Amino acid sequence: MSGADLITLSLLIPVLGAVGIAAASKFGPNVRESATMITAGLLAWTVWSLVPEVMQGGRPSLMVSQIAPGIEIAFKVEPLGMLFAALASSLWIVNSIYSIGYMRGNNEKHQTRFYIFFAVSLAAAIGIAFADNLFTLFLFYEILTLSTYPLVSHKGDEKTIRSARVYLGILLTTSIGLLLPAIIWVHVTAGTGTFAPGGILEGKISGPAVGLLLGLFVFGVGKAAVMPVHRWLPAAMVAPTPVSALLHAVAVVKAGVFTVTKVIIYIFGIEFLFAEPSSSWLVFAAAFTIITASVVALRQQNLKRLLAYSTVAQLSYVVMATAILKPLSEIGAAVHIVAHAFGKITLFFAAGAIYTAAKKTELHQLKGIARRMPWTMAAFTVGALSMIGVPPTAGFVSKWYILAGAFQADNYVAIAAIIASTALNAAYFLPIVYMAWFLKEDTPPAKEHGEAPFAAVLALTITAFLTLAFFFFNGPVLKLEGQLVQGLS
Amino acid sequence: MTYLSHHLPALQVIVPMLTAPLVLLLKPDGLARLATTAASALAFAIAIAMTMGVLDGHTYTYRMGGWPAPYGIELAVDQFSALLLLVVTGASTFALLAGQRSVDADIDSSRQPLFYAAWLLALAGLSGIPISADAFNIFVFMEISSLASYVIIAGGPDRRALPAVFKYLIMGTVGATFYLIGIGLIYLMTGTLNMADMELRIHEVGDQKPILVAAGFITVGLALKAAVFPLHVWLPNAYTYAPNTVTVFLAACSTKVSLYLLMRFDFFVFQGNLAGHDMQFAAFLMPLAVLAILVGSAVALFEKNIKRLLAYSSIAQIGYIVLGVSFVTIAGLTASAVHIFNHALAKGALFLTVCCFATQCTGLRLTDLGGIARRMPWTAGALVVSGFSLLGIPGTAGFISKWYLIVAAFEQGPLGMALIAVIVVSSLMAVVYIWRIVEAIYFGESTIDLSAVREAPAAMLIVTWIAALANIYFGVVPEIPVSLSISAADTLLEHLP
Repeated sequence: MSGADLITLSLLIPVLGAVGIAAASKFGPNVRESATMITAGLLAWTVWSLVPEVMQGGRPSLMVSQIAPGIEIAFKVEPLGMLFAALASSLWIVNSIYSIGYMRGNNEKHQTRFYIFFAVSLAAAIGIAFADNLFTLFLFYEILTLSTYPLVSHKGDEKTIRSARVYLGILLTTSIGLLLPAIIWVHVTAGTGTFAPGGILEGKISGPAVGLLLGLFVFGVGKAAVMPVHRWLPAAMVAPTPVSALLHAVAVVKAGVFTVTKVIIYIFGIEFLFAEPSSSWLVFAAAFTIITASVVALRQQNLKRLLAYSTVAQLSYVVMATAILKPLSEIGAAVHIVAHAFGKITLFFAAGAIYTAAKKTELHQLKGIARRMPWTMAAFTVGALSMIGVPPTAGFVSKWYILAGAFQADNYVAIAAIIASTALNAAYFLPIVYMAWFLKEDTPPAKEHGEAPFAAVLALTITAFLTLAFFFFNGPVLKLEGQLVQGLS
Repeated sequence: MTYLSHHLPALQVIVPMLTAPLVLLLKPDGLARLATTAASALAFAIAIAMTMGVLDGHTYTYRMGGWPAPYGIELAVDQFSALLLLVVTGASTFALLAGQRSVDADIDSSRQPLFYAAWLLALAGLSGIPISADAFNIFVFMEISSLASYVIIAGGPDRRALPAVFKYLIMGTVGATFYLIGIGLIYLMTGTLNMADMELRIHEVGDQKPILVAAGFITVGLALKAAVFPLHVWLPNAYTYAPNTVTVFLAACSTKVSLYLLMRFDFFVFQGNLAGHDMQFAAFLMPLAVLAILVGSAVALFEKNIKRLLAYSSIAQIGYIVLGVSFVTIAGLTASAVHIFNHALAKGALFLTVCCFATQCTGLRLTDLGGIARRMPWTAGALVVSGFSLLGIPGTAGFISKWYLIVAAFEQGPLGMALIAVIVVSSLMAVVYIWRIVEAIYFGESTIDLSAVREAPAAMLIVTWIAALANIYFGVVPEIPVSLSISAADTLLEHLP
């Protein structure tokens, strides 16, 4: 199959899967979940089939339609998008296994709707990953926002609706208010919005306007959650945990930082931006977000909210790494997209497993829980260590590259932010680990429980294993992302 | 060119106009509706045929009775008129196809032939304006369409429609009279009623003052008919209390026809001739457009009745169209023309869903419709899709016009930045008011008993969904409206010095 066919398939499979899930729901939940699993499997297989070509420097592309002169729906697979698509589609398989355990374990309602919109969200994420221009990216970005709304508002009660309103409000406001004008600005000045290695804006725009345009992009992409447009992420925690795990630790938020990274590399061009002093504020904004979000996380009592703020901080790692504008840090940004995904999805899986088995959501309830749920808490520990960046976990690899890039650029703000946030990460994760393993339960649980359903435990074991494995086997990812910065010093 | 296609411009009006008296005679149940729908569909087909013709680069001109212009009455169809004809005949056809149940509910069966006859006259008048090249002839069509519109708006069971229509009648008549005074003055000074001829002869007029006065009367009169802020006060009640099918038809096209005429007149006749008219025109319309956009959206935020909410949204959307016009640039005029088409798609589809709700549910306040999506999932889905188009979500028709409008604003320099801010703020308000509807119908609890509510009849749903999906289609493949609009903008600007 040619690259274009594979791109078409990887966009169509989840959409057809959504239809299939709707049709299969008539035959009972087992058939319906099989439809999800088959869709996820096929999607991952299709996306992975693109990898060899991209590894060898190929850039499969697909032109769908021209909307107006200069505005096209077109796709092209480049290393960053390849990585994001492979990550999202592979983790969807694991997440679907987990969803079965979680959704059934908690007797959630409207499960068919849940699986349908999950599939649509994945289609949107793949569209973002493979977009060849700003318009296509924006199209799928908005589809992702809208298709995740029913997932966030899943429960349908008053509090959920209010949170979902914050979610949608912030994401649509930033995208319509800032991102769309930024995209049109690029079109008006450069005459195109197509991503090109080295950027398209050099010589077209200069001075403070560059910093302003960068700001429109960074804050317009609300999904990247750079403060102060991060509030939607904690709000999104009202969703069922599989949504928080795959979408709000991987697909949606990574779509955000992916967009920022892609815009900086392929629209601005990192050398052009490095030479432009008005762009230097971004490192400060990202560093501020990292520190502030970590401090806020430190004070959270609810496990999922703590994880949400941790995600806000970790996303800004990617933004900051990109903003350092040195080859090693760009690689670090790409690697961190993967590393954080493995670790954070594990943490969310664990949080959801605890909720399913013990109905516990607050930190102080977790004393001694590791004795009842050793697998879950072991996975949680691995995830936490990866967040801190301790070897042998995935988090160490990306942190290494980001730091190396920061030293290359003599960017002491970035270095200081990384060191401080490492300490803060340790300060809010290690007490939980300590509490769970070494303290005794102060009150016995309302009902005896062991581990969460098998499907959930299986999923979190897999992702914890991936977190560890990535420390040792990250060569292909580095090689792939090395292409991003070929020819740059 | 075949014999028949030569007559298409005339047939465009003649088909509905001659069917109208015929319909009056069709007493038996359903026949009047059938004949009306058939005539409207035929008119739609004629509009499509002419659109294909103009897309091939053909311009239709037709001399009534064989008298050459400027002495005889001339009909002319170019890209811009074709765009309008598509909107007018399409809106009428979709409304009629979907509206059977709704009309039966609103209008006594013995009075239905009268209603449908008036509908056809409104259709004939509204499609007569874009095809005419003669200013007085346009006035005649304007009056036909207005009088017929008053009748069909007031035709429903809601007595509140009567004061609404009275207000519309007064203001509409003032608008039409202003227009008539304007062309009267021009006729006095130039001795012609043919628009192309006017353009040439105004040059020769020694004293330009009467022309200036005429320009003022015509612009204000048409702005009134087009519901340009602050001359919009007739619109919300007229749309709200009209029978639902009528709202679909008129909301999609009636103000657009006046806007079309405003653009035609100002650019064809005045812009090239009156010194500084383009500046006056822009300076007059731009602030009004900005106010319309902001005030219309802001009022929509707080409306409780879904029809009124959408009516106020229309006022804001008319503001977008006027804003594009007031730039007096290719990009701006393209944006306006595209938005005429796209807003008709979005608003027409939205009012179609309202029509569906109204056949099943007794109230149309948001509190009445609480949670109705659980009972009518397909209608609710169509509402969400068309709502996205109104907000300008990418992948929908509404996005295309927003894109062009923002590009046009970018060309305006620093002022353009402020205008982009206006567009953005109003889009965000649109997000809020559309989302109020979405939250109400999906998560709300109705104040009335909805347990007997069923999904709308399949025929209505199919038409509604075709309209909703058209919003997606023209968002992804917008070639036809965009190329028509670009040529329209080109022809309008050609007349500038």
